[in-house]
Amino acid sequence: MSLNEEVELLRNIPLFAKLEPSKLKLLAFTAERITYEPDQNLFSQGDVGDAAYIIVEGAAKVIVDTPDGELEVAALGRNDFVGEIAILCDVPRTATVRASAKTITLRITKDLFFRLVAEFPEMSVEIMRELASRLEHTTQQLREALAKNS
Amino acid sequence: MSERLERSMYSFVLRYSGRNQLYILAFVVLSWPVGFMLLDLPKQIINRALEAKEEVFRLAVLGFAEIPLQVSQSTFLVILCSIFLALVVVNNALKFHINTSKGRTAERLLRRLRYALFSRVLRFRIPRFKRTSQGEIISMITAETEPVGAFFVGAVVDPIFQGGLLLVAIGFIIVQNPWLGLAAAAFYPLQIYVVPRLQKKVSALGKARLREIRHLSDHVGETVSGIVDIHANDASNLELARFTDRLSNIYNIRFEIFQRKYMIKALNNFLDKLAPFLFYLFGGLLVIDGKLDIGQLVAVIGAHREMSSPWKEMLNWYQQQADARVKYDQVVSQFDVDDMLDDALQHTDAEPGFSLAGEIDISNVSLVDEDEVRRLANLTIKMGSDSNLAIVGSGNSGKDYLGQVLARLALPTSGQIKIAGHDLATLPEAVTGRRMTYVSGAPFMQSASVRDNLLYGLKNRPIRPAEYDDEEAPGRERDFAEAARTGNLASDYKADWVDFEAAGVKDMDELFTRLIQVLEVVEMSDDIYNLGLRGTVDPDRRQDIAAAALQARAGLTERLGEPEYAGLVEKFDRSTYNTNASVAENLLFGTTVGDAFDHDRMAENDYVLQVLRDADLIDDMLAAGRSVAETMIEIFADLPPGHEFFEQYSFISSDDLPEFRTLLSRTEKTGADDMQPEDRASLLSLPFKVVTAQHRLGVVTDELEVKILRARELFAEGLPDDLRGGVEFFEPEKYNAAGSLQDNILFGKLVYGQAEGMRRIGGLVAETLDNLGLRGAVLEAGLEFPVGVGGSRLSSGQRQRLGIARALLKRADIMVLNESTSALDPAAQDRIAAKVLEARDGQGVIWVVNRASMASQFARVAVLSDGQMAEQGTYDELNKDGTALHELLQSG
Repeated sequence: MSLNEEVELLRNIPLFAKLEPSKLKLLAFTAERITYEPDQNLFSQGDVGDAAYIIVEGAAKVIVDTPDGELEVAALGRNDFVGEIAILCDVPRTATVRASAKTITLRITKDLFFRLVAEFPEMSVEIMRELASRLEHTTQQLREALAKNS
Repeated sequence: MSERLERSMYSFVLRYSGRNQLYILAFVVLSWPVGFMLLDLPKQIINRALEAKEEVFRLAVLGFAEIPLQVSQSTFLVILCSIFLALVVVNNALKFHINTSKGRTAERLLRRLRYALFSRVLRFRIPRFKRTSQGEIISMITAETEPVGAFFVGAVVDPIFQGGLLLVAIGFIIVQNPWLGLAAAAFYPLQIYVVPRLQKKVSALGKARLREIRHLSDHVGETVSGIVDIHANDASNLELARFTDRLSNIYNIRFEIFQRKYMIKALNNFLDKLAPFLFYLFGGLLVIDGKLDIGQLVAVIGAHREMSSPWKEMLNWYQQQADARVKYDQVVSQFDVDDMLDDALQHTDAEPGFSLAGEIDISNVSLVDEDEVRRLANLTIKMGSDSNLAIVGSGNSGKDYLGQVLARLALPTSGQIKIAGHDLATLPEAVTGRRMTYVSGAPFMQSASVRDNLLYGLKNRPIRPAEYDDEEAPGRERDFAEAARTGNLASDYKADWVDFEAAGVKDMDELFTRLIQVLEVVEMSDDIYNLGLRGTVDPDRRQDIAAAALQARAGLTERLGEPEYAGLVEKFDRSTYNTNASVAENLLFGTTVGDAFDHDRMAENDYVLQVLRDADLIDDMLAAGRSVAETMIEIFADLPPGHEFFEQYSFISSDDLPEFRTLLSRTEKTGADDMQPEDRASLLSLPFKVVTAQHRLGVVTDELEVKILRARELFAEGLPDDLRGGVEFFEPEKYNAAGSLQDNILFGKLVYGQAEGMRRIGGLVAETLDNLGLRGAVLEAGLEFPVGVGGSRLSSGQRQRLGIARALLKRADIMVLNESTSALDPAAQDRIAAKVLEARDGQGVIWVVNRASMASQFARVAVLSDGQMAEQGTYDELNKDGTALHELLQSG
């Protein structure tokens, strides 16, 4: 896959959608492209978070360790952005992400991510929007769960 | 050299070169009559052979003999000229011999002096190095002795030689006319009176200058060793100002020296020129009065010219000797100190089989350091040398001083240490350095291989003489004779010094096994293994390792076919383009050696350009270069100049980016041939760095790959002989001397961006090597790893591990460790302590531990507090409430 194709792909991710093409190209060029075989971990729960990943191709699952063993909580596919929580708030990985097929990712290191945010403030607005929408989503889930219980 | 250094330079010179000086002097004296004859003969040729019309020609010899010769006038001329020619030859031969003898004598003296100084450095007590810096010592032994050595050349001979010439010249003048002789020498008494008085001040300034220069070299040394903190504290300005200040001092002193020195010179010159003035005036008047003939006057003026040169030389010599004396005194006073290790202790060899196994009896030992601070007070410890002891204390408890005292690096101010009944203070170093071993917290590493550093403790005396072929042998023999003649140590450095017996082994193979054992003890073998993989091996010297690597290469290729490892490595194949290698690597298809084919400057290499032209690649590469440049400009243009992304990712530096922008528009319509060579080189240099798989720039098209493969063939075929050495080609059946061992085994490129590719392949390489039984070969290569200056290429932890390994290798009766694991993490410290104690089971270990909890592994524990013994006993006895040990354990 060439740089230009990667740029097209990044454009489809909401977080980056509003960035200028030249900045997307910078992101694509400076990010590391890593291929995972099925069942290889992108990262494991409890690790120190040092990078976020964009799934370019393939699929992965999000797994949480529970006392009863591993529990799959979500599935990820093309264009998904994962692992940003740990680099944003400096907490250990909250879940394990495992490739479920041959998966290609763009790895954006914490360093690179923060530099990009500092360089291009429009990105931080996008990140806020994304996080707010996730918060809204979880709140809603919580509300539903509470309603169910009571 | 056990005796003191000679206090004065002249006693040194006379003592060690008196006979040589006499020998040279004999030749000097011999040269005088020759010199006189050379002055006299031209006169005879003119007066007697050309002008005289006599029956019998007389040849005057040195003014007192006349030899009558019955020959014709022309024969007489031929005879005189022949004698003249012969004397010229003799004179030059004498001068040549005198000069070489002088040079040799001086060099021997200098060598003796330097050796004496250096051997004293080895005998200084350790505390002395707190006061004398490395920079000062270096400058004294190297720079300051140099002019002294240069002066040795003529210390005795020059004044006599030049004085003689002077006397000859004066004598010649006096023979012509005594008054003029006196006139010529009239100002000498004045000069003899004035010059030393002026010189005295210059000498004093010279002393001051020397001190300043020492401070300067001291400062440079300090700056180099403290460079990290200078940067960390932004102290460069302070250091520069300090340096400037020193330079100003030196400048001022120097300037004053110049003024005075050249004042002396000017005065001398003036007085020297005053004499001809007198000759012309008064000699002229005598000529006018007819009391002196003109020929005589001309001869006298000529003679004065002859005189003035030796006189100047004499004055020069006087100034030099004053200067050299100052330097000699200054150096010697620094090195001739009272408190030095007795020479006998350093050079007495140990009796064979001498052992220190027995009671270690430390009684009432106190140590007061050079600042009158009491570091140790009345310590008494008794233990067997088959046991082990931990010395525990806080940072300022004085425990490290106890470690030094035990290794005799510091002498107790009072009290005594007896080991197996011997007083430690009187044991020769051959015993304390072999039967005992000491590991400091920062072990010394030579700039040599890991192996050399490990074996350092086994190299006490040359064991097996080096073998020399017939060509080298006479030269080496001369070297030893010369060394002995100048009081140097005549042991052969090139001999094999490794004492197998000391390590308890019989030969090299056993020694290697033992090396690996001690490396296991300090948990260093994996590190060495990795160094081995990353290191290069000279396939000519280690054919076995090279052959083994080729075997591993084949083995690995097989394993890479397994699905688990598929796609992790892209092997080198002459007929395919390697997408994980750069365009430059693909073109060369080899490793660069030296900088002939430096990847950054490939586009400037004429041969490379030729190959590109032949392969019809120039236009494609230029197009690729344009494309890369456009992309770089597009991506990086918005970043502020100097942003770190440029350094990390960009093909073009931020400084060059605007340049490339104009270059692109400038060359938009120009073909390769019309382009300026610099523009072409700039554009061409870009695609060489592109790695298809990593950069995804899409510039290396399939078509381009085919052409590059063609160029690869052309490059190899036409490579001129003078560039042959610039590249080591990838050949499947050949070991690549320029590549690392790992690269040789891999014979390909790690595929970019495979998750954990490095780790997986590293594991596979290790497994392959193990299966082939080649772990030893890699370890051996790792032992050849050069550790850098002061071991700087190793981490401080690795240096500490090597220090302990080196001490273990020696099998000493007693091992003293002084906070030797402080750079390691606590878990590793405990593990290594346990392993060391196990390895030295039944042999003495005294360990000054840096953490109190390490003491739990030792048979006995001594706790120091403020230099005093707080308590002694077993760990369990002491580990309870209220003890000093307990307190230390609580505080971490």
